[in-house]
Amino acid sequence: MKLRQGTFSFLPDLTDSEIHTQVQYCIDNGWAVSVEYTDDPHPRNTYWEMWGHPMFDNPDAAAVVFEVNECRKQFGDSYIRVIAFDSSHGWESIKLSFIVNRPKDEPGFHVSREEVKGRSIRYSIKSYATDKPEGRRY
Amino acid sequence: MPDGSDKLTGKARYSAGVLEYKKMGYWEPDYEPKDTDIISLFRITPQDGVDPIEAAAAVAGESSTATWTVVWTDRLTACEKYRAKAYRVDPVPNSTGQYFAYIAYDLDLFEPGSIANLTASIIGNVFGFKPLKALRLEDMRLPIAYIKTYNGPATGIVVERERLNCFGRPLLGATVKPKLGLSGRNYGRVVYEALRGGLDFTKDDENINSQPFMHWRDRFLYCMEAVNRASAATGEVKGTYLNVTAGTMEEMYKRAEFAKDLGSVIIMIDLVIGYTAIQSMANWARDNDMILHLHRAGHSTYTRQRNHGVSFRVIAKWMRLAGVDHIHAGTVVGKLEGDPATTKGFYDVMREEFNPQSLETGIFFDQHWASLNKMMPVASGGIHAGQMHQLIHYLGEDVVLQFGGGTIGHPQGIQAGAEANRVALEAMIFARNAGDNYLQNGPEILARAAKNCTPLKQALDVWKGVTFNYESTDAPDFVVTPTTS
Repeated sequence: MKLRQGTFSFLPDLTDSEIHTQVQYCIDNGWAVSVEYTDDPHPRNTYWEMWGHPMFDNPDAAAVVFEVNECRKQFGDSYIRVIAFDSSHGWESIKLSFIVNRPKDEPGFHVSREEVKGRSIRYSIKSYATDKPEGRRY
Repeated sequence: MPDGSDKLTGKARYSAGVLEYKKMGYWEPDYEPKDTDIISLFRITPQDGVDPIEAAAAVAGESSTATWTVVWTDRLTACEKYRAKAYRVDPVPNSTGQYFAYIAYDLDLFEPGSIANLTASIIGNVFGFKPLKALRLEDMRLPIAYIKTYNGPATGIVVERERLNCFGRPLLGATVKPKLGLSGRNYGRVVYEALRGGLDFTKDDENINSQPFMHWRDRFLYCMEAVNRASAATGEVKGTYLNVTAGTMEEMYKRAEFAKDLGSVIIMIDLVIGYTAIQSMANWARDNDMILHLHRAGHSTYTRQRNHGVSFRVIAKWMRLAGVDHIHAGTVVGKLEGDPATTKGFYDVMREEFNPQSLETGIFFDQHWASLNKMMPVASGGIHAGQMHQLIHYLGEDVVLQFGGGTIGHPQGIQAGAEANRVALEAMIFARNAGDNYLQNGPEILARAAKNCTPLKQALDVWKGVTFNYESTDAPDFVVTPTTS
């Protein structure tokens, strides 16, 4: 299973120079870029761990690519994403978010069903990997 | 047009009998609209021999306080304030016999937060008025004081993206086809395949409600099975617009509650349920953290003809007030009506915080939105992966691109169709961000992406050359004149 979150998950994995082009686009738009990682890829896991603060005044995409690689050294078997924040009034949220690192093995998710009244089903989605404690999942 | 006010006052004004509207005070060429006035711009086509200024005054009168004859009871009211005032009449460029009439309405003429009340005044009576051959409401300026009486879209573009965890690209959808006849079980199959293949959303069509071939509860149950399976298979948040349109509010609430209980992120209504029902459903959506999709079913009966009806840009403004999150707004390149400049005007009304006057896109007034949430436009009807560069160029990033036939009609099946669309989209966004001239190089970018994606190659082969080049019936009256510098 390949986790399809993020803007470019249907393309082949991005090279560092490809990551650079996308990050520079964000910087040129005035967005602050940051790096985040997690070993819990649940679609509703909003808060991945922050690899430092968003790089607010950084003019150079190379600095972000450097941080991605630093993060890979420590969390190479986790998911790592790059996200860009736009602080403009009326948006004040994320403008671009894409995965730049994946675990070697992505076991995917399990759907659990609880049958309740009237043929209704309560669904829950669970990552196979998160059965293990944080830090020992991949 | 040069014609001073010849308004009568006092005894001359209120003698029993019939008086021209312009003499009754509905034509005030010196009137300066107040910041709090609602302004309507009508395109009027007077009957032969009818003075355009009198026609404009009549529209002002009939959409505010007037009746066909003088009534003394006017004098019991602050009638000067309540009279709508036509203050400007211009001939329409290149259209003999048509005039743009600007009419200002005092804020006190309207009930706060009621589209029904607004429309009862502005379009309630005047469209059948005999001295006019035709009448079209082209645009409205809504004052901030009035906008602030509405809650606006329940979710808005930004929060929708946060909930779906989807940023930086258009969302992808597909309407389930055939739109009538599938059983619930078969219907859910289409939903699963499309979402599993890479779409974010699938959609009920406007006329899928609860017919003999598929009861609504069955549809909802099978669709949510499909949504959850697809979500688990991709790790993404997925949705399907469950159409809750029904014959009564009670029934719509019942269906919406069921969709909520099943965990759907989005429900859908049709424009034909009416403005009040739309506002009620928007309130329900706000109370239940639900994205509200509006299918503009029926709108072309009154939006399409240039000389009569209501422009869709006005409908879009009303819907932003009423509070829907998604609204169909044209594709430019697809099978349904949509001139590029006019469509841009619609999209701007939905997505911008401020619309400056822009006659070339049909926007006649500066419009502030007072931080009302933005609506996500939906582009649907005859579009396919091979047009991705044009779609992004014309429609931008905050839009749902709905490929119904362009997903389900793929030769290798629905999942392959969905994947082709998603790969085409991501490749084009990547190229745009990387500084490529993607509009010009679109076909090469797609061909390159297709090397890693057989379904995209097949889609490009099947639908290459499919275009719908017909002249639009609804286009702006003003064109950009190149300036020499």
